[in-house]
Amino acid sequence: MSIDAATVRKVARLARIREPEDKLEILAAELSGILQWIEQLNEVDTDGVEPMASTEAVTLPMRDDVVTEGGDPAKVLANAPKSDRNFFVVPKVVE
Amino acid sequence: MSDLTNLTLKGALDGLKAKTFSSVEITKAHISAIEKARALNAFVLETPEKALAMAEASDAKLARGEGGALEGAPLGIKDLFCTEGVRSTACSRILGEFKPTYESTVTSQLWRDGAVMLGKLNMDEFAMGSSNESSCFGPVINPWRSKGSNKPLTPGGSSGGSAAGVAAHLMLGATATDTGGSIRQPAGFTGTVGIKPTYGRCSRWGIVAFASSLDQAGPIARTVEDAAILLTSMSGHDPKDSTSLPVAVPDFASFVGKSVKGLRIGVPKEYRAEGMPAEIETLWADGVAMLKDAGCEVVDVSLPHTKYALPAYYIIAPAEASSNLARYDGMRFGLRADAQSLTDVYEESRAAGFGAEVKRRILIGAYVLSAGYYDAYYLKAQKVRRRIADDFTAAFEKCDALLTPTAPSAAFGLGENADDPVAMYLNDIFTVTVNLAGLPGMSLPTGLSADGLPLGLQLIGRPLDEGTLFSLGAALERSAGFNATAERWW
Repeated sequence: MSIDAATVRKVARLARIREPEDKLEILAAELSGILQWIEQLNEVDTDGVEPMASTEAVTLPMRDDVVTEGGDPAKVLANAPKSDRNFFVVPKVVE
Repeated sequence: MSDLTNLTLKGALDGLKAKTFSSVEITKAHISAIEKARALNAFVLETPEKALAMAEASDAKLARGEGGALEGAPLGIKDLFCTEGVRSTACSRILGEFKPTYESTVTSQLWRDGAVMLGKLNMDEFAMGSSNESSCFGPVINPWRSKGSNKPLTPGGSSGGSAAGVAAHLMLGATATDTGGSIRQPAGFTGTVGIKPTYGRCSRWGIVAFASSLDQAGPIARTVEDAAILLTSMSGHDPKDSTSLPVAVPDFASFVGKSVKGLRIGVPKEYRAEGMPAEIETLWADGVAMLKDAGCEVVDVSLPHTKYALPAYYIIAPAEASSNLARYDGMRFGLRADAQSLTDVYEESRAAGFGAEVKRRILIGAYVLSAGYYDAYYLKAQKVRRRIADDFTAAFEKCDALLTPTAPSAAFGLGENADDPVAMYLNDIFTVTVNLAGLPGMSLPTGLSADGLPLGLQLIGRPLDEGTLFSLGAALERSAGFNATAERWW
């Protein structure tokens, strides 16, 4: 399947990546090339095949619901672009 | 190259234990080699002071007759591993000057066992690439050159810094990671040994995530035995990674030198790629002959869904990546663009922080997961993935391990596959099946191309049967007698 510039614009928006208008056509061509190559999967008969999400047969382990570490806001905030006291400072969310 | 950088890891550990030289001495020898090798661009951060402090601590332990399995041995760490207080970027602008406040499980185990950190190694951005060209620090240059040529070649990727650094004797061994071939293809391109263990063998905790159902850590080293020593230290169950397997770790080095007599080696006919150079066919046939000589029985096997592995991978890996990389939003760490609204900050930060290949894969991932396409792409790919895994299960009823080429070519020139993403993806044609099935795979050098470049063969094993790969790898290593090294030009 080939995708057009409008679809790239929509997907870029979903992925929260700003793509300039003049790059949309180029990206559409690149992504279409990859998707067309992927189309060959339709040759594989997968009727009745269970999708495989993990190579491990085990179910996820449970652990005791206890505090293991934490209580160190300085560590949590150490790489914050902007922080104030023990908070991350982010752009205004509610107008 | 001074003598101490010519030692294998095993040789260095023996020398350290016997006090023939100190950890400070061998660490200094490597620091000096690194300083002279900056043209290779293998390191994105050198940590000589930290290395010397660690070496001094190791020497104190060795003097008391103490010390772990890697005591005093200088190693390089791929920049995908978070190292406490030491910048870790995944070679992406979006992580900027990120300094983790924690240590990855795999590296913490290396330090527990006494290893010394020389610094952080270059790689493709977020481990997405096969040539190291997507790194925000620029490509690594392969220490190997074609006969009579000065053309810069890729060391492969994504673990290009690890492979080039080990090949150029800048470290005794290195950590690496492999999502579709990122340990084995660069090992193949640089004449080094690399193993991607069974999925779940090594904890993924503290390793920057790319595609979580495929990512595995492993070592790159100069000998099979060195790789075994490193993998033993890196492996083990970790409650902090729910996919880490709660199984005992054998001493992998104990498998090196074991007889391989009677082992059945499968040769999958589908790995004869169209247009594969004749010299790789020959290399493969030679490898088969060597294992036969060592007493193995060779059987033809079929993995009929091989050609669908790469297209399935290029749905599954980008889908997982688009989800994993959603965390880079400019709020809690990393690059934050200067913009007004919250959405603008997200979009501008990610536009400025991610490189072209990473963006391409996030967009593919977001597309195949979006409403209306999920079943046609993502679910279909997961079903094909099971077909591929079932192929291996069937093959392993007839054999104990598989032998294939590592990559369809020798190292290529920088920039050669830059215009065509799909051509670049084809580098992983022989390695990616192994990630999809979660199996262990090892690449080791067994010959040179007509141009004098190293070529690798890949051994694939049953789940958790790395031991057999080490026995077979050591047998091949012995028969091939590969001892060529890159002629120093840097």
